[in-house]
Amino acid sequence: MEFFRIKKDIPFMRHALVFNVISLITFILAVVFLVVKGLHFSIEFTGGTLMEVSYVQAPDLDKIRGKLASDGFTDTQVQNFGTSRDVLIRVPLSKDAESSKVGERVMASLNGADADNAPTLKRVEFVGPQVGKELASDGAMALLLVVIGIIIYLAIRFEWRFAVSAVIANLHDVVIILGFFALFQWEFSLPVLAAVLAVLGYSVNESVVVFDRVRETFKKKRGMSTPDVLNHAITSTISRTIITHGCTQLMVTSMLIFGGEALHYFALALTIGICFGIYSSVLVASPLVMWLGVSREQFIKVKVEKQEAVV
Amino acid sequence: MNRYPLWKNATVIIALVLGLLYTLPNFFGEAPAVQVSSVKATVKVDTALLGKVEDALKAAGIINTGLHADLQSIRVRLADTDTQLKAKDVIEKALIPDANDAAYSVALNLVSNSPNWLTSLHALPMYLGLDLRGGVHFLLQVDMKGALTKRLDATGADLRSLLRDKNVRHSGISREGMSLVIKFRDTDTRDKAKDAIGSQQPDLALAEGQDGADYKLTATLKPTAEKTIQEFALKQNITTLHNRINELGVAEPVIQQQGADRIVVQLPGVQDTAKAKDILGRTASLEVRMVDDEASANPTVMADARKGNVPPGTEFYLDRNDPDKKGLLVKKQVVLTGDRLTDAQPGFDGQTHEPAVHLTLDSAGTRIFKDVTRENINKRMAILLIEKGKGEVVTAPVIRSEIGGGRVQISGHMSTQEANDTALLLRAGSLAAPMDIVEERTIGPSLGADNISKGFHSTLWGFAAIAVFMAIYYQLFGLVSVLALSANMLFLIALLSLLQATLTLPGIAAIALALGMAIDSNVLINERIREELRNGSTPQAAIMAGYERAWATILDSNVTTLVVGIALLIFGSGPVRGFAVVHCLGILTSIFSSVVVSRAIVNVIYGRRKKLTSLSIGQVWKPGIVTSDK
Repeated sequence: MEFFRIKKDIPFMRHALVFNVISLITFILAVVFLVVKGLHFSIEFTGGTLMEVSYVQAPDLDKIRGKLASDGFTDTQVQNFGTSRDVLIRVPLSKDAESSKVGERVMASLNGADADNAPTLKRVEFVGPQVGKELASDGAMALLLVVIGIIIYLAIRFEWRFAVSAVIANLHDVVIILGFFALFQWEFSLPVLAAVLAVLGYSVNESVVVFDRVRETFKKKRGMSTPDVLNHAITSTISRTIITHGCTQLMVTSMLIFGGEALHYFALALTIGICFGIYSSVLVASPLVMWLGVSREQFIKVKVEKQEAVV
Repeated sequence: MNRYPLWKNATVIIALVLGLLYTLPNFFGEAPAVQVSSVKATVKVDTALLGKVEDALKAAGIINTGLHADLQSIRVRLADTDTQLKAKDVIEKALIPDANDAAYSVALNLVSNSPNWLTSLHALPMYLGLDLRGGVHFLLQVDMKGALTKRLDATGADLRSLLRDKNVRHSGISREGMSLVIKFRDTDTRDKAKDAIGSQQPDLALAEGQDGADYKLTATLKPTAEKTIQEFALKQNITTLHNRINELGVAEPVIQQQGADRIVVQLPGVQDTAKAKDILGRTASLEVRMVDDEASANPTVMADARKGNVPPGTEFYLDRNDPDKKGLLVKKQVVLTGDRLTDAQPGFDGQTHEPAVHLTLDSAGTRIFKDVTRENINKRMAILLIEKGKGEVVTAPVIRSEIGGGRVQISGHMSTQEANDTALLLRAGSLAAPMDIVEERTIGPSLGADNISKGFHSTLWGFAAIAVFMAIYYQLFGLVSVLALSANMLFLIALLSLLQATLTLPGIAAIALALGMAIDSNVLINERIREELRNGSTPQAAIMAGYERAWATILDSNVTTLVVGIALLIFGSGPVRGFAVVHCLGILTSIFSSVVVSRAIVNVIYGRRKKLTSLSIGQVWKPGIVTSDK
């Protein structure tokens, strides 16, 4: 079986401008959503109390909301989680000092609401305000470190043009994932942050495979124009690109189906990341390299160096 | 020819055997067990205790399936939960004669069911995080400013008595923020005070100033002193937490420093957060009282007292140094409490060179101690430790002379170890600085089990889907890739078990993702081999070239992914860290398994065949001519 029976190199570069305009529009849309709607951060970032309780019979959410409001909890969010019998309650940080005891007070309030159908506590998470701030800044630092690390590695191993293009193309993936999370107001939690960064690494990985071919083609085939070299490199790796991402997506889909609520947004972020990762590393990174002026001469120089590095 | 040298094959085989060995404990599951650990700092878990536990079980006719002792605890593995409960009762009865005064905690626990020879190789099952096994997680923030102001307040009192002793007149000492301000009428007294304080309080940095008619001396803690106080506060809080958590009977508590001013407490299996919080916040204390010598020397009064009939105004306490448990009658009136204690350090007696504990009292404590010792020469003084609402005499020395200066020494009948432990206990009595809970997570046990099965099923079905696809698309080479992927999983789980890294739900997700990404290397290799075949290479040459050419690409792409993993490892906390550890390990194992292991398998299958005409790598399509290379 062979899915891809490609006779000639596909002229990707001829349509480069179109792809990049599409990218730019998606990117701008994502930024707009991020600015207008903002991310729906989980309590890990905002601070507050999150509780998961389980009832024997499906409870009336409005009754729970009313009871909590009358017991002095303002701005609480009450929603079903997974099944109709599981309820998720979010209580924002309050100014009073006893915020770490909110969990117990909410449970007391819930138990008082309906003695016959008292809930059992499955999970409580309380995060103080200073911890949340630190997590946000640590996340930003991690992103920065990843970007710098990748630029340095690619600049050493390939050429600065490749490094810059790869990072631009893949940061655009990250922004688009965040745009989706802003648009649909999906919860942005720590595992999602991990997924976003993993996607960044994974997409760069994709760009590296294409760039590797570009370098090889430049060295082997004389007299090919730069767009032709890029077309050839993309065409000869497209089969591997689709199969690899397909396999990873099989695993991620399995997580979406079997992973339950806890892994849902993690898997969702990966799914979006994988789809846009293919697109951006093939159709955004390569034209960028071309426009930055990559040429054969740049690789003849590094040839000696490169052989040493491989051995 | 595609053959590996012997050492390469040997490496692969050894790696696989080791991988299998360390993955093995995960399949045995867990057996019920009873865990015995020491509650008191002075009581050690040793072989004598092991013998005691063994004898008690033998006497009760309970057969254990394994006894395991380490420095902190003894674990007895048992056949089922019924015997577990029975054994717990038996051991409790044997080790804890008085339930109010327990020296050990006996807790129910689970231990790996793997055979002893595996355990002795340190082959243990993966260490599950709280989100998988259920329990409570607290992140406590130590109020360092509180520790410093507490110290400054105490220093202020010290300065007052120092200046009085030296006859230096001042017009007031006050704490303003993080500094002490002392006011004087003239510069002469200020200079005198400066000299006196400088020689007595090396931790203070002094600065002169003027405020209207007053001459000021501003004392601040030196940065080094501040650092020492903060480190001490954190260490003492951790020690105190350890002591208190032992009371809960938690099998494997985790109490660790995180960052400069935070403490993580993890209590697996604990569901009652209210009780846990209560215990974390409670204090144990030290008290100094006078011994009722007359009554204590009278045998009939003592016999009555042991039955609970104490003379009025006194209380009966046992002396921890007294093997006969005769006890002492101590006056109810408290001379000093542990709040007056600023430090307790083990050391040696200046004259006899016996091990001793040196206590440092604050200025108010010093004054009280001086007065009391002056008035009670040749009487006995008892130092009591009140733990969990129950007191015990640590030592009851005879007062020989007035003791001033705030330095008290406890000595006599002590080994160096005991001196260390007593000092620790006295320090550990109370928290050095207030703490706030800044993060709390409680995970029910059913949710934990749920998370495990969700993670497991995601990985299993994802793996199955990839395996089926690879086998159909690449045929024999696909199967080789699947084998390499299985080896990757084996190595990853073995490494996680070996390192005892905490496995969390994001960690399981990372295992799944690692497998999904690791297949990339094999796809790269297989596609390259197909390409070589398409370009007309012979099968053997195609294998050779395919692996070699793919290697550079695999290396590059994995390094970039590793950069991400390391960044997450550095900046991640909690769930992200769990993800990052597995992610990094997964990348390393995947390079080895997809390149070295899969090549070894391919070499075994094809390597020796000289007249190889085709490879089972699925159909290789050539532009123009459609041939099946099967």
